[in-house]
Amino acid sequence: MNVPLPLFVAIPLVVAFFLPILSGSGKKAKALATLLANLATLSLLVMAVLALGRTQDIQVYEIGRWSIPVGINLVLDGLSSLLLLAIGVVSSASMLFSTRYMEQYTARAKYLSLFMLMVAGMNGVVLSGDLFNLYVFLEVASIASYALVGFGCDNEELEASFKYMVLGSIGSAFILFGIGLVYGNTGTLNMAYASRLIQSTGLNPGLGFALSLFVAGFGLKAAIVPFHAWLPDAHPSAPAPISAMLSGILIKALGIYALSRIIFNVFGVSVTIGWLLVVLGLISMVAGAFLAIGQWDFKRLLAYSSISQVGYIVLGIGLGAALLAQGHPAWASLALLGGLLHLINHAVYKSLLFLTSGSVEMSTGTRQLKQMGGLAGKLPFTRAACTVASASIAGVPPFSGFWSKLILVIAAVQAHLYWVAAIIVFVSLCTLIMYLKVQRYVFLGELPENLRQIKEHTGSMLVAMAFLAVLCTFMGLLVIVPCLRAVVLTPAVKVLTDGLLYAANVIG
Amino acid sequence: MAYAWCFLLFMIGLYCAVVKKNMVKIVIGIIIMEYAVNIFLIMLGYQIGGVAPIVGRAELGAIDKVSQAFVSNCVDPLPQALVLTSIVISLGSLALMIAICIRTYERYGTFDITEIRRLRG
Repeated sequence: MNVPLPLFVAIPLVVAFFLPILSGSGKKAKALATLLANLATLSLLVMAVLALGRTQDIQVYEIGRWSIPVGINLVLDGLSSLLLLAIGVVSSASMLFSTRYMEQYTARAKYLSLFMLMVAGMNGVVLSGDLFNLYVFLEVASIASYALVGFGCDNEELEASFKYMVLGSIGSAFILFGIGLVYGNTGTLNMAYASRLIQSTGLNPGLGFALSLFVAGFGLKAAIVPFHAWLPDAHPSAPAPISAMLSGILIKALGIYALSRIIFNVFGVSVTIGWLLVVLGLISMVAGAFLAIGQWDFKRLLAYSSISQVGYIVLGIGLGAALLAQGHPAWASLALLGGLLHLINHAVYKSLLFLTSGSVEMSTGTRQLKQMGGLAGKLPFTRAACTVASASIAGVPPFSGFWSKLILVIAAVQAHLYWVAAIIVFVSLCTLIMYLKVQRYVFLGELPENLRQIKEHTGSMLVAMAFLAVLCTFMGLLVIVPCLRAVVLTPAVKVLTDGLLYAANVIG
Repeated sequence: MAYAWCFLLFMIGLYCAVVKKNMVKIVIGIIIMEYAVNIFLIMLGYQIGGVAPIVGRAELGAIDKVSQAFVSNCVDPLPQALVLTSIVISLGSLALMIAICIRTYERYGTFDITEIRRLRG
C-alpha cells in the first residue's frame, strides 16, 4: 500500500529537533523525551512494514511537486523497503534498549536527538532518488554517528571518534567528487536520468573515474577491508545501543545499499566491477575473521566480526553483478538473494550481540573477556539471547544465518566457483570458533571473586533483546515460506536484477 | 588544465590528511580536500564570459530573440546551489572535528597522533 514517503524523514527530524527542548534535568522531562523517541522509532517500524510488498510498481514522490529532473524525488522500491524495514527493526530495538542502558550517561536529550538524526539520515539515504540529496542525507547520518561514537568523552572514545571522522570525511569527499563528475558528464543529478544518459552514451573515462571514487568512498563507509581501519576502534567505543546501530545498519545503509544502488541501477553492472566486489568481499571475510579470533575485548571482537560479515554481503552482491553481466540472471538472483538476506540477518543478530555485550558490560563493568567467566547463572536471559545470536551468526541450521550462507554457497557452486564456496564454509567455521570463545570466556567457566554480587538488569533491555532473539530464530522463514519471500526479499532482488530498467520505472 | 590544478589540490589535501601527524594539520588537509571538490563543482558550471541565468521583466518582450544566445551563455546555477549546501555540511563537520581536537588536547596535552594511542591498531 502507499505510505507517505516524506514522513520517513520528517518524523525523526521533527522529533530530533523537538527533543532538546525537553533537556531539563527533571525526571518527567527525561521520561517524556524517551517515550517520544521510542514512539517515533516504533511508528517508523510500522510504516516500514506497511511499505513492504511492492512487487511491480515503484512509488515516486516529487518534493515540492517539482517534476524530475528539475526537482528532487524520493523513490520507494523493493530494495528501499527492505532497508527501511531493517532500519526500523534495529532502531526500535536499540532505542528500547537505551531507555534503561543510557541511565549511566548524562545528557539524555542530546543522545536521543543525535540518535533520531542518524535514523533520519539513513531513511533519507535509502529513499533518495537524487545523487546529491543522497550525499546530504549521508552526511547527516555520518555527522550524527561521529558525535555518538565520542559520546562518552573518555580518552579512547575521543580518539576513536577522531579517527572515524577523518576517514569518514575523506570518504565523503570522494563521494562528492564522484557526484560532481557524474554531473559534469551527464548534466543531471537524478539517478534515473543519469542512468538513462549513461545507457545511451556508455561509460567514458570520467564516469569510470567517478565509479572508482564511489567504490572507494562507499567502501570507506561500509568498512570493506582495505578501508576498514576505523571500524574496530569506532564501533566498540560508542555506547552499546549505538554500536548496535552502527554495526547493525549504518554501514549497510550508507555503504552497501548506496554502492549497490549506484552500481546496479545507475552505472549498470560489468564483469570487472562484479569481480572487484567479489575479491574485496572475500578479503574482508577472511581478514575480519582472523583478526576477530585474536581479540580479547568483547565489543572489539564483535566489531572485527562485522567486517567479516559485511564481506559476505559484498561477496553476494558482487557475485550477483558478475553473473548478471555474464548473462546468468537466474543464478545472479540467487546470489543477490543470499547477499540481501545476509544483510538483514546480520542487521538483526549483530545488533543483538552488541546489545548483549552492553548488558554484560553494564552488569560487570568490564569488556575484557579474561576478566569475566561463569556469568551463565548470573545473567540467564542475556546468556540465552547471546547463544541464539551466536548460533545464527555461525550458521547453525535452524537459525537465520544458516539460510543466507547456504544460499550463497549454492550460488557459488552453481557459478562453478568451488573455491569461493569453500572459503564461505571456512570463514563460517572461523566464526563458530570466535563465538565459542565468547561463550567459553563470558558465560562458562569459573566466576571471578569480584563478580559474585552482580545482577542482571531487567525491563526494557530484556524486551529489546527478546524481540531480536525471536527474529533471529524465525528469520529463516523469510526464505522458506514462499509468500513471505515474495513480499520481503523477491522485490528487493528484482530491483537489482532489473538493473537499468530502474530509469524507465522511475521516469514512467 | 584548470581541472588538473583542482585535482592536484585534492591530492594535496588527501596527502596532508593521510601523512601528517598533527591533528590540526589533518583537519586542515580534510578542509583542503573539501575546498578542492567545491572548486571543481563551481568550474563545472562556469564559462568565461557567461551571464547570470536570470531574465529581467524588461527583456521579456524580446525573449524569443535572445533565448538562443542566452541559453548558450548562461552560467549553470545548479553547481552553485550544490556548493552552498556542501559548504554548510563541511562547516558542520569542521566544527565537530575541531571540538573533538580541543577535547583530545585537554585530555592528552598534545596534538601528535603518534602519542595518542590508547587503542591498539
